[in-house]
Amino acid sequence: MGLLLLLAVLDGLAYAGQLFMVAVGLTLVFGVLKILNVAHGSLFAIGAYVAATLIGWFGAEELSLLALAIAALAVGALLGPSIERGLLARIYDKEHVLQLLVTFALFMILEDLQKLLWGVQPRFEDAPVRLLGQVEVGGIFYTAYQLLLLPGVALVALLLLVWFLRRTLLGRSIVAVTHDREAAVAIGIDARFVYLSTFTIGAGLAALGGALAAPTTSLVPGIGVQMIVLSFAVVATAGLGQIEGAAVTALLIGLARSLAVYFAPELEVVVPYLLMVAVLLIRPAGLFGRRELRRV
Amino acid sequence: MTELTRRAALATTASALAAPWILPRSALGQQKPAKLRIGISTFLSGPASVFGVPGRNAADLLIEHLNAKGGIAGVPVEALVIDEAPGVNFLLGECRRLVQNENVDVMLASISSGSCLAVAPLAEELRMPNIMWDCGTQRIFEEGTWRYSVRTQANAVPEIVAPLLYLLKIRPDVQTVAVVNQDYAWGRDSWAIWKTAMEAIKPGIRVVAELFPKFGATDFSTEITRLQALRPDVVFSTSWGGELDTFIRQAAERRLFERSLFVLPLAESSLERVGKTLPEGVIVGARGDHWFLHPTARGNGRLDGFVAEYRKRYGAWPIYPTFHMAQALFALEAAYTKALAANGGVWPSREQLMDTLRGLEFDHLTGRMKIRPDGQGLEPMLIGVSKHVPEYPFPVLDQMVLFPPELTMNPMGTKGLDWVKGLTMETVAKAPAPIPYKA
Repeated sequence: MGLLLLLAVLDGLAYAGQLFMVAVGLTLVFGVLKILNVAHGSLFAIGAYVAATLIGWFGAEELSLLALAIAALAVGALLGPSIERGLLARIYDKEHVLQLLVTFALFMILEDLQKLLWGVQPRFEDAPVRLLGQVEVGGIFYTAYQLLLLPGVALVALLLLVWFLRRTLLGRSIVAVTHDREAAVAIGIDARFVYLSTFTIGAGLAALGGALAAPTTSLVPGIGVQMIVLSFAVVATAGLGQIEGAAVTALLIGLARSLAVYFAPELEVVVPYLLMVAVLLIRPAGLFGRRELRRV
Repeated sequence: MTELTRRAALATTASALAAPWILPRSALGQQKPAKLRIGISTFLSGPASVFGVPGRNAADLLIEHLNAKGGIAGVPVEALVIDEAPGVNFLLGECRRLVQNENVDVMLASISSGSCLAVAPLAEELRMPNIMWDCGTQRIFEEGTWRYSVRTQANAVPEIVAPLLYLLKIRPDVQTVAVVNQDYAWGRDSWAIWKTAMEAIKPGIRVVAELFPKFGATDFSTEITRLQALRPDVVFSTSWGGELDTFIRQAAERRLFERSLFVLPLAESSLERVGKTLPEGVIVGARGDHWFLHPTARGNGRLDGFVAEYRKRYGAWPIYPTFHMAQALFALEAAYTKALAANGGVWPSREQLMDTLRGLEFDHLTGRMKIRPDGQGLEPMLIGVSKHVPEYPFPVLDQMVLFPPELTMNPMGTKGLDWVKGLTMETVAKAPAPIPYKA
């Protein structure tokens, strides 16, 4: 029983790491821009496809981890500013419904773009997983990539993000704009640049989530949908805009899901949503959400 | 006895003369059309496009061939393809549009069982000849009688019974089984067939885990950990597409194949993609006898020509949906040819076409098959084990068994789930001899 629990916790940790990487970008963007970006799932998928393509191009297993980082940076740096300046900047003062529809339309366009560029056949590039090898825990084989790298990167991303927002000038500007945009602009903060930076970081995190997922799974059309739905559950359960909350919630959902697989497999699919419903019934603003307080 | 009056005689004569104009034109023999328009529904997007796009590709290739030799009885064929992915309501609307606005003569619908179950009643309403070209649910002809629908392939019952018979033939000592299926109708139904048949043939085999990850899952690590801990003799999975690829890769990376024998009834369609990540010795099925290296059809011009041309044009080896599409088109061609001959060269009505399809025997890429009077097609099931060979960068099938339909398919008028309860080890013993792979 003890070993089973340990295995379930390890599985939960690995899954939570992956989930957090996608959810944190979504919650960051919402916290600052106040836009629920449905196209976040597409950025995840494009990050994954670009990573798989680069791994294929690089060829050598040793370069495959580098390919993941380059993919995340490239997608974040290219698509983030283009989407923010070209599309979102025009709808900041519009109704939430319209904003949701615009990002949904973007999501549909990007889904078709993926099919156009990468086709519909599943793609798989697992060089980074092979590179890092296996780890044995109690007679059970895990991949080091899944057990160590994924949760490790998620933890580093969380710490970096918290440090960036609390300790750097740009991070503090982001927090200031989130707290009170008018006051921030009045003291000379360039809100336009803050929005651009935040969305670019969010896009980069989504792409990094996709790039990290790429070596572990088959890339198929619609992969972004799967991830965005679960990310919404994480973000809603944590409270919109809550970064540390997203980490804790991702961990809760990851653990609940793996425990379900072990002890009540029928509940595996619904566990994240049961958790979300239970939390929202008791705390409508989410586990960590608080009204009228800053969101970052 | 009613007296025949002059008024009644006149009315009868007038009715008889008016009949051809009152009845729909399509109910009678017709003039040869300028074009035979075929509506095809398939998945062009979404996860199932891994089957839908190869199916569409095969249709393009085979229709081009048909037209190159003058079409069907001199009538050129034109395909109108629609995407099944947006859902059943969209599909029904599209079928209606194709029949009523585009004057489609025949529909080839569909891949999803849900689509087929929805299109069959619509075909009745529109009097639209419909060939179910790929969907697998056995319920269609077990629970309904359809005048305007037939299926040119087998169904879920033989697709699951055949790999079970194969398993029990090569591993009669199996004690424990675990299942990892997608959480939707096919995943649940196929497990129900397997479990019922397994309990009938060899009671006492213990099911140690029933895992149904959500449809579209991208991660199976928790399931794999649990399977590693449970160490079942057999892991059964009817997953397909990207999910099966992911499951195979993740299981291989974590050495699960070393602990359990895998039975994957749909893995033929994943072999080229997963390559030699799939180890040797895995039991693989192909939803029929669909295999580009078919042990008995290999060497015939029809299969070899199709495989070579498909490979050249699309850069991939043909997988089972391409064979299913070929069967539908070959059946259509054979039915029109036969109906025309029976009709004295007059183009057959829709009803004549459907009557001819029922009971039709026709040649296709890997042999000759028959459609039962209830509309259900009968085809053998090819099951083999994966083997690594230098000729291909992916596993091929070895020790192939061609299970005849009479061994794996429930007879007309029975229900598959009831029929499998009557299977015994004697059924296993009747399995034909395996045919080894030849380079």
